[in-house]
Amino acid sequence: MSYITKPVARHPAMRVNKLGLTPRDYEGAMSTLCAGCGHDSVTAALIQAFFELDVEPHRVAKLSGIGCSSKTPTYFISEAHGFNSVHGRMPSIAAGANAANKDLLYVGISGDGDSLSIGLGQFCHAVRRNVNMLYVLENNGVYGLTKGQFSASADIGTKSKKGEVNQQGPIDAVNVALTMGATFVARSFSGDKAQLIPILKAGLRHKGFAFIDVISPCVTFNDHVGSTKSYAHTRFHVHEVVETDFVPIRTQIEAEYAEGSVRSVKMHDGSTLQLRKVAEDYDPTDRAAVIDYLGKVVRRGEVPTGLLYLAEAGADMHDFSDTVDRPLVDIEYEALCPGSAALDEVQKEWW
Amino acid sequence: MAYDSSYGVNDFAFKVATVNGTGSASANGLLLQALFRMGIPVSGKNVFPSNIQGLPTWYEIRVNGDGYTARSPDFQLVVAMNPQSYARDIAEVVSGGWVLYDDTRPLDPKLKRDDVTFLGVPLAGMCVEHFEKPRTRILMKNITYVGALVALLDIDRDVVKQMLEEKFSAKQHLMDANFKAIDLGYRYAKEHFDCPLPLRLETMDETKDCVMVTGNVAAGLGCVYAGATVGAWYPITPSTSLMDAFTEFCQRFRVDPETGKNNYCIIQAEDELAAAGMVIGASWMGARSFTPTSGPGISLMSEFIGLAYYAEIPSVFFDVQRTGPSTGMPTRTQQGDLMLCAYASHGDTKHIVLFPANPKECFDFAVAAFDLAERFQTPVFVVLDLDIGMNDWMIPRLEWDDAYRPDRGKVLSADDLEKVEKFYRYLDVDGDHIPYRTLPGVHPKGAYFTRGSGHDKFGRYTEGSAEYIEVVDRILKKVESAGDHVPQPEVYGEGATDPDGAASYGLVSIGGCHWAVLEARDELAKRGIEVDYLRIRGFPFNRTVEDFLGAHDQVFVIEQNRDEQLRKLLLMETDCPKEKLVSITYYGGQPLSKGHVLGGLAEHIEILPAGMGGRS
Repeated sequence: MSYITKPVARHPAMRVNKLGLTPRDYEGAMSTLCAGCGHDSVTAALIQAFFELDVEPHRVAKLSGIGCSSKTPTYFISEAHGFNSVHGRMPSIAAGANAANKDLLYVGISGDGDSLSIGLGQFCHAVRRNVNMLYVLENNGVYGLTKGQFSASADIGTKSKKGEVNQQGPIDAVNVALTMGATFVARSFSGDKAQLIPILKAGLRHKGFAFIDVISPCVTFNDHVGSTKSYAHTRFHVHEVVETDFVPIRTQIEAEYAEGSVRSVKMHDGSTLQLRKVAEDYDPTDRAAVIDYLGKVVRRGEVPTGLLYLAEAGADMHDFSDTVDRPLVDIEYEALCPGSAALDEVQKEWW
Repeated sequence: MAYDSSYGVNDFAFKVATVNGTGSASANGLLLQALFRMGIPVSGKNVFPSNIQGLPTWYEIRVNGDGYTARSPDFQLVVAMNPQSYARDIAEVVSGGWVLYDDTRPLDPKLKRDDVTFLGVPLAGMCVEHFEKPRTRILMKNITYVGALVALLDIDRDVVKQMLEEKFSAKQHLMDANFKAIDLGYRYAKEHFDCPLPLRLETMDETKDCVMVTGNVAAGLGCVYAGATVGAWYPITPSTSLMDAFTEFCQRFRVDPETGKNNYCIIQAEDELAAAGMVIGASWMGARSFTPTSGPGISLMSEFIGLAYYAEIPSVFFDVQRTGPSTGMPTRTQQGDLMLCAYASHGDTKHIVLFPANPKECFDFAVAAFDLAERFQTPVFVVLDLDIGMNDWMIPRLEWDDAYRPDRGKVLSADDLEKVEKFYRYLDVDGDHIPYRTLPGVHPKGAYFTRGSGHDKFGRYTEGSAEYIEVVDRILKKVESAGDHVPQPEVYGEGATDPDGAASYGLVSIGGCHWAVLEARDELAKRGIEVDYLRIRGFPFNRTVEDFLGAHDQVFVIEQNRDEQLRKLLLMETDCPKEKLVSITYYGGQPLSKGHVLGGLAEHIEILPAGMGGRS
């Protein structure tokens, strides 16, 4: 869809957020992905989430690796700093960036090839390190830019466009994240904005590594009969485990749910998450039980979605390193250099 | 060569052969430091296995009143403490030399030599008799041979005593044990041998303005002084002690006095790839960030290095070179990564590389590396030899100018951005090939997309030929312009860069080769052969290098790798004709010695008396 340019005119009645910005101010360049690509829906949901959270565009750092998914940071928030890095290595760039400047809002966009094959190691270690960022995995089970090879998330028996049948077992990104100790684990579907936006907002507000696996069908290479990552298959097999409402700080909670079915979770910044369990006895804060439950759902051939696991108030990378509260990039040099007198002292020990 | 007792005073090399993991390192460190404190120029080379416990390990010490501290393989004395390596250790003593060994058990008569003197000391026996705990007996055996050497070499006992008091001031029982062990060895030697040997020490006054430190520690401290706040790394011999030092100095100097929290963040990455990514991420944000590694790490980081080069992100890499290829010999020294670092990564790349020759330069170049990285917005490598990184070196005291402020290069502030109409990341505004940079989060106008994919001068994605070429051509000019800003070569010889004034022959070397080359050059001068000498300290090369090569009929390039990497770099990056540059290489894993240089030269020019070919 890159053959048309975006109109510059704005609808006068367009909504404005607290910063006086419209959703248009959170848009990026025109997408060059295929028409109907799930990733563009994720981009749209991200734009909405940033808008609704009144985020200052230039205080966002958006990062990616390589692949179709990794093109998407170009398509939202033009005024944010972007970094399209190398294949599978975005988590390390994000970790280093966050180490240097903890005050920006970090969002990483990756794909199943980027995160589960070439970058599986970095993904796992970013989880372990609990880097404070939103990490969106746009999962379509297939390599797009190299034209249709199976990715590591392809299910056994799934058919490629050419008719080849995948025989190797899939890597379930949600399961990996849970096993590695992720503090925020969700899955959604690019076709379900109503579910995706609150989860993205919650992820952006979570302190630590917020992981969202988004089933995002590839219309060109993996949207046919025999694929388990197609629109049709995903719509039919989605099993929503938890409904999520994101309630910003100082906002009256208005949603009404049957008593006992709602769990409110306070986020790090004071906002609230309301999680409504669809399944009986599902406790999104009990890691072992979540892993167990999701395993059963997956074995039935269903795709469990929602904010599946949440542990607020955990230690993040900076807590592990006990760094100062202000960003390291803001510390003046005078506070960093010990000076000549200290050098003399040190050298007394070298005698 | 036959041992000549006339040069036994403050001019000899000896070697201690022990088993690794038995505590000999602290005994040997004690020895080295004692000689240093006696004011005698001294060097120590730790020749250790890639192993934790049980394998042979050696410590070589050279004392030289004239200040020559390159490795000398001519050992006049060997302290043979390891039966596993007796045969080769005894074989290595020069004729007329001495072997100090543990004669608790008799030495195999087959190992005896007629041309050396054997000094048997019942070290194990005495320690079993005087110490109770098995571990103490093992540890104190090492201190006991130090005691014997104190008597045999006439080491100042007061110096040793003071050092032990300093070291064990808080641990009385250890101090007692150490004193006792020293005394056991000392008394035994005094009672049984004619002490001191002709090989002995006399107090001098040559080290009072010096300190003793490893290159890795000095480099780690340099990173602290440069203002680095983010260090990312993956453990690898021989660079690990660099990050250990940075960590220690940060714990000492970088804890915020008010909150007790850290003004730094050190991340132990999952591998070297991630370490490089973290450095790039942190540098992108505007922090001074670095990673220490060795050759295998640079291989792994290469993709990221190309990204930093093309996206123009300042980043600092320390490569403490070990012997390659592949795993190679991880605890042996080499200069095999010169090409790797100069051109790391696929596609057209070229990097700024600094080559320190001792720990003082490790400190200074660490600071310079950050300034250069930010000034030229590109990766900078500081390439050490293992010998420099891990061994203790006697160096002039480090100096620090409190007026120093980091050169952050061309970074636009929020105020600057307020004034510009529009910011373009890769535009050559000033005509110096260096574009302006912004830091994320500073100002809405500063935002741009950092990418390793094709981009035009405005920072936009491109697949257009002209737009692509314009940017990569500018980057090449930018990096080449750094040649005048990297540490300049050190030139020895009057008129050495002038075709009319230069000697016929020139020497060029790099890094840790320097000390052996200096010694060899002096030796040549004594024989009436004047040669000029240039030591490369930075890459890209500059005019001085070009002039030096141009001014000589023949130039010998002395380096420690098989493939003549420095010679080839010079051929590729200067106008020097191929036949003019003759290679002298040594790449067996030991630090270079005078003999390597003279032996190599002797193959090309008439320099040596008969029988003095290069031995190693």
